[in-house]
Amino acid sequence: MPRIPAPPLPKALQPRPKRPGENNGTVEEHPLPIEAGISAVDWIDERMQMSPGLRWLLWRKVPRGVNWPYTLGSATLFAFLNQAVTGVFLAMYYRPDAAQGAYESIRNINDNVFLGQLVHAMHKWGASVMIILIFLHMGRVFFYGAYKYPRELTWVIGVVLLILTLAMGFTGYLLPFDQRSYWASVVGININAGGPFIGPFLSNFLLGGADFGATTLSRFYAIHMLLIPGLMAALIGAHLALITKLGIAAPPWIKPHVAEDGDHALVETEV
Amino acid sequence: MPGAFEGETITRRNLMNLWANGAGGIAVAAFTLPALGFAIAPIFTRQVWTWQAIGTPADFNETTYQTKVITITPGIGEAGNSITYVRQRNPAIDTEPEDQYNHWVALSDRCMHLGCSVRYVAAAERFICPCHGGVYDFRGMVAGGPPVRPLDRFYTRLNQDTGLVEIGPRYSVNNELQRFSPRFPGEPLDGIGQYLYPAQFAGPKKP
Repeated sequence: MPRIPAPPLPKALQPRPKRPGENNGTVEEHPLPIEAGISAVDWIDERMQMSPGLRWLLWRKVPRGVNWPYTLGSATLFAFLNQAVTGVFLAMYYRPDAAQGAYESIRNINDNVFLGQLVHAMHKWGASVMIILIFLHMGRVFFYGAYKYPRELTWVIGVVLLILTLAMGFTGYLLPFDQRSYWASVVGININAGGPFIGPFLSNFLLGGADFGATTLSRFYAIHMLLIPGLMAALIGAHLALITKLGIAAPPWIKPHVAEDGDHALVETEV
Repeated sequence: MPGAFEGETITRRNLMNLWANGAGGIAVAAFTLPALGFAIAPIFTRQVWTWQAIGTPADFNETTYQTKVITITPGIGEAGNSITYVRQRNPAIDTEPEDQYNHWVALSDRCMHLGCSVRYVAAAERFICPCHGGVYDFRGMVAGGPPVRPLDRFYTRLNQDTGLVEIGPRYSVNNELQRFSPRFPGEPLDGIGQYLYPAQFAGPKKP
């Protein structure tokens, strides 16, 4: 089986050439631990053949003139990862019980659990940060004209992700189950019911009945921690695949290179 | 038919495709449809009529409202409670037709703008909503602000066996105080409103 080329390792990890006169012609008896790591990675890579895909994803050409606003998408991704990780650990202590249990479990997280207040606050403030970053990212893409052909689908998926993020904010708001949560959700569900014809039925679906009941909170919890995050993870995958496939759009002030003979073909620029 | 054996109307490959996709489709439907039905069933589950006692007839008069806490959803503590403002019917001001269900006027505390909790201010004889400034007069009719219809009401009756005033399901009213099955706040019931916001399957039926 032909071996795939080794991934481009940083200088520090590459095996050093032998100094003249040092162990020449003999087999190294104790290979460096770092080489054990490399051979383990090689062992996995030989079976999964992942390094071409990783190189496709990570070592790709970037247009001239990219700047700090281009990092807003990655920043949003990290905000999402922050929400996912802190959310998983909050779920270990949270109880979606409308009869006092939910509020008490949040109080327990804040008051008793080691670093509970920090993890809860990271989830709470991270939610706002994520929505702010999404809008900044959207503004960057809009004002740089990066949504144009062939990247329309990336934009559309991004808009769906924005809506799902807002839905995450809405469903997450009820979970602490204090007065603010309860009444904000009541008002939100009633705004939703204002849509003609299907609005009332959507609100019945959200409430899990005609009125705010025992199942409303667990319904919001399931939507918040399973349904929407699953959808978002899949769509983020598609978003990133499209970005990798199509490349990053150059800033609008970067002019295409004009070849010597006056041909206006776009010449790939690489930094 | 090209690719098919003599006398056959479908190629073996197409038949196999049909079977494999069909079986997969049935398998997916077998877990998706029950799960979906499970999730949307509450839309179609009709509320049961329950009556809860709120006091004796002597507790209520025609000139002011008594505040009563009632249980809308049992089993979830305070989150399932609601407030109703109750007074005796006064034929001098209550022009809607009298029947067995409105000897006592029981108003819901849910503002008909977005569902916040209104409070009764006795000095002004007004219901006032803290959220967006909705104001209702003594009968619960809209007196100002954003609400789109009068305050919802509850059916009331006198239980002949116990002699207690009992409170039943909620119903909505339009500006003529005609009864409708319960609607969400923010849904007008006058003119085109009653058609834009049809009765929900989950509400209790009109008597």
